[in-house]
Amino acid sequence: MTTPDSLAQSEYKYGFVTDIEEETAPRGLTEDTIRWISAKKNEPEFMLEWRLRAFKHFMTLVENHQEPKWANVHYPPIDFENGVYYAAPKTNPASLEDVDAEILSTYEKLGIPLEEQKRLAGVAVDAVFDSVSVATTFKETLGKQGIIFGSFADAVQEHPDLVKKYLGSVVPYTDNFYAALNAAVFSDGSFCYIPKGVRCPLELSTYFRINAAESGQFERTLLIADEGSYVSYLEGCSAPMRDTNQLHAAVVELVAMENAEIKYSTIQNWYPGDENGVGGIFNFVTKRAKAAGNNSKISWTQVETGSAITWKYPSVLLQGDNSIGEFYSVALTRGYQQADTGTKMTHIGANSRSKIISKGISAGHGSNTYRGLVKIMPKAANARNFTQCDSLLIGDQCGAHTVPYVEVQNSSAHLEHEAFTSKVSEEQLFYCRQRGMSSEDANSLIINGFCKEVFQQLPFEFAVEATRLLEVSLEGSVG
Amino acid sequence: MAQQTATQEQKYVEAWKTSIAGDSPNVPDSIRTLRESAIARFSELGFPTTRRGNEEWKYTDVRGIASAEYGSLVPSPTNRVVTKTLDQHIMGGSVWNRLVFVDGHWLPELSWLPSLPAEVTVISLAKAMSTEPGLVANDLAQHASYQESGFTALNTAFLQDGALIAVPDNVEIEEPIHLIFLSSGNGDGSVSHPRTLVTLGAHAKATVIESYGGPVDGPYLTNAVSEFVVGPGAHLETFHLQQHGKQANHIGSKQVKLANDSSFVAGAFDFGGTLSRNTLSVALEGAGSSCNLYGLYMTNDSQHVDNQVLVDHAAPHTTSRQLYKGVLNGHSRGVFHGSITVRQVAQKTDALQMDKNLLLSDDAEADTKPALWIYADDVKCGHGATCGKLDETAMFYLRSRGLDEASARRMLIHAFANEILDNVGLTPLRVHLEQFVTSSLRFEEQQ
Repeated sequence: MTTPDSLAQSEYKYGFVTDIEEETAPRGLTEDTIRWISAKKNEPEFMLEWRLRAFKHFMTLVENHQEPKWANVHYPPIDFENGVYYAAPKTNPASLEDVDAEILSTYEKLGIPLEEQKRLAGVAVDAVFDSVSVATTFKETLGKQGIIFGSFADAVQEHPDLVKKYLGSVVPYTDNFYAALNAAVFSDGSFCYIPKGVRCPLELSTYFRINAAESGQFERTLLIADEGSYVSYLEGCSAPMRDTNQLHAAVVELVAMENAEIKYSTIQNWYPGDENGVGGIFNFVTKRAKAAGNNSKISWTQVETGSAITWKYPSVLLQGDNSIGEFYSVALTRGYQQADTGTKMTHIGANSRSKIISKGISAGHGSNTYRGLVKIMPKAANARNFTQCDSLLIGDQCGAHTVPYVEVQNSSAHLEHEAFTSKVSEEQLFYCRQRGMSSEDANSLIINGFCKEVFQQLPFEFAVEATRLLEVSLEGSVG
Repeated sequence: MAQQTATQEQKYVEAWKTSIAGDSPNVPDSIRTLRESAIARFSELGFPTTRRGNEEWKYTDVRGIASAEYGSLVPSPTNRVVTKTLDQHIMGGSVWNRLVFVDGHWLPELSWLPSLPAEVTVISLAKAMSTEPGLVANDLAQHASYQESGFTALNTAFLQDGALIAVPDNVEIEEPIHLIFLSSGNGDGSVSHPRTLVTLGAHAKATVIESYGGPVDGPYLTNAVSEFVVGPGAHLETFHLQQHGKQANHIGSKQVKLANDSSFVAGAFDFGGTLSRNTLSVALEGAGSSCNLYGLYMTNDSQHVDNQVLVDHAAPHTTSRQLYKGVLNGHSRGVFHGSITVRQVAQKTDALQMDKNLLLSDDAEADTKPALWIYADDVKCGHGATCGKLDETAMFYLRSRGLDEASARRMLIHAFANEILDNVGLTPLRVHLEQFVTSSLRFEEQQ
């Protein structure tokens, strides 16, 4: 068997830099930066006011040293006042044909079905490059059904009422440190509205890419599924290899009304840093969904393989009666990656149900923490939760941690939590080897089996990509 | 707020001055120095708060303890104990060895050591500190660090008396040693700081029971610290039995060190008090050591019970088991925080942790946090937690057999508790616990 150390040597194949002209905000974080960004986006007054309120709140948090320290991750302090908070390709595309050829070729390299010829893939894509959304496909097709899907900036211009109504309704800017920062400086992102009773015919997808060297990326996604509607939404991301750490502080808000269902899948593959832990993205993300009506359903699926540090807890507020929240996660840390990720299920409505399946894989010097909260409020009669969070350890230098919180305030609730941590079983390996499989294939098979419950939740193309990503990421680490 | 807190701690610092002035001249300088540094540390740490970020105290608010106006912060030795209070705790007839403490001070006239091998030392800490300083020098306050916990610092600062049990190599004690710590509740509420030190030499064996109690009504605070040091191949079985009065508060911390191939068993039973918080911290420092920790908490009204069970696997081939169960009624709240840490050297660790809660009332609350921190790869670690009400199918089955609802409920709750009680091999203790469980269920029925 090769040593577990060789794990870190598998390469990050999305680490190229795209050479285009970029327009960036002046360095620093002041009220002027906020005004500059807002003016750049030509935003209505209510947006600027909201940003400024968020900025003021953020600055009080900074002054009072309220940066969250509780997560099991370690990194040098971030100088928030010395960052670049906006970077955008200089040419503003009017349609897909106008998109910078360099950018298109970037997305081609990434394998994103941005072009029309990829129609068969049946995926509508909104691609966000650094801070702005550069292209949206299938806008018309979707428009016929009344579905609004496009960049956040466009939505602010075209549907200000919807934005005003829902922005910050799930993740207010007072929610946490990074949510406040994002609210103040967010540049773009995706916006999606599914009207009543519409079942979105395509998988909607956003691809995020950080390209500029010094900027952080602060995008914001707002997705609203009105009564009785359904949407499946995919999100992917990558970044060039650089030896400085870049900050990614995004906010995702989902709202599902009565009888609506949202399925949100993420493949997170930001640059994880090199084999010595230099560089990589700090992925500090706030994701939350509101199952606002009766029978609404939210399902989060995430495959986390990238980023130097991941700090992320996609959560569900189960407000409606009979509402359902699900969280499926595979998190891989290798090299010197650190992940502190999990979910929060807050049961408010009666008969609400939640299910958490989390699979952590640690290799190399990676540190992987599952942190989750299941909270049953007094009114949530007959609430149910099942949680399973397993960890797999590869090599003796890594760490796998599990920190679940369970708070129950209603006696009719029923909760089960179980977790198990071990290395790849010798018996399973022996069985596979004895059938003639190579050690590497055997390990890969077992690890894939370990993640299967989560991968099954992904849309087909993503499931294939996730399996491949895991294989590539673990190349040389086992076997 | 800050100022108010300062005065709360100040009360104890002032009382400490009275306490140390009353020390016997025989108390060695090392103990005096220890008490001085502990009170200094307490002034720095203060009482813990539930402030955001203070994970350890997230679910337990001790502001009530900090602000309580206890009349007697330095209770003087007294033998005025209500015989009824003591009788409730007596077990094992004339066979068990027994030390009785009131407000932290040893009461020789109520103590009784009929069945001890000659090599074994069982004496009061006050006596040990002045007459046999060698016995305490190595271990006293060496395992329960007063640097991190305000309450442990406070206990150490007021260290005057307590129990010392020292079992030399290869000595096995057949009969249990029962330590009974009572509070007098005198002077509008007494505050006591019981202290226990148990050391077992190589291949020694002993059973130690700690009972805590006091008057049924009236406020008092017990702030106990115990240190258990288990030598190579030794076996120590301990029980913690908390049956305080209704208005009592209990803070307890137990630190356990295990050498190679030693084993440790701890049964914890929390039934009384308003607020009760126990920290049990076990360090598996020797290869091949193991521990089995189990507990039962049964609460009603507005009781609050918090168990912190911290297991540190610091050597290879170590094994740990945790099983805690809670039966929560009324407005009560049960908190469990279990933690398993497996250090990188601790390969071949086998660890399991489980917390199960039965909620009998809509106003009861269970907060549980079973955590795993794993830094070694060749390990088997698992944990689980459940919360729920009585099983409806089981209820239906019993009702269909002709049992009335109250009896069916009683039977099911009893069965739930029995999984823990079954671990108790000492018949007198088992009977005592069964009696408590049965009577509390009868009480439940009346409500």
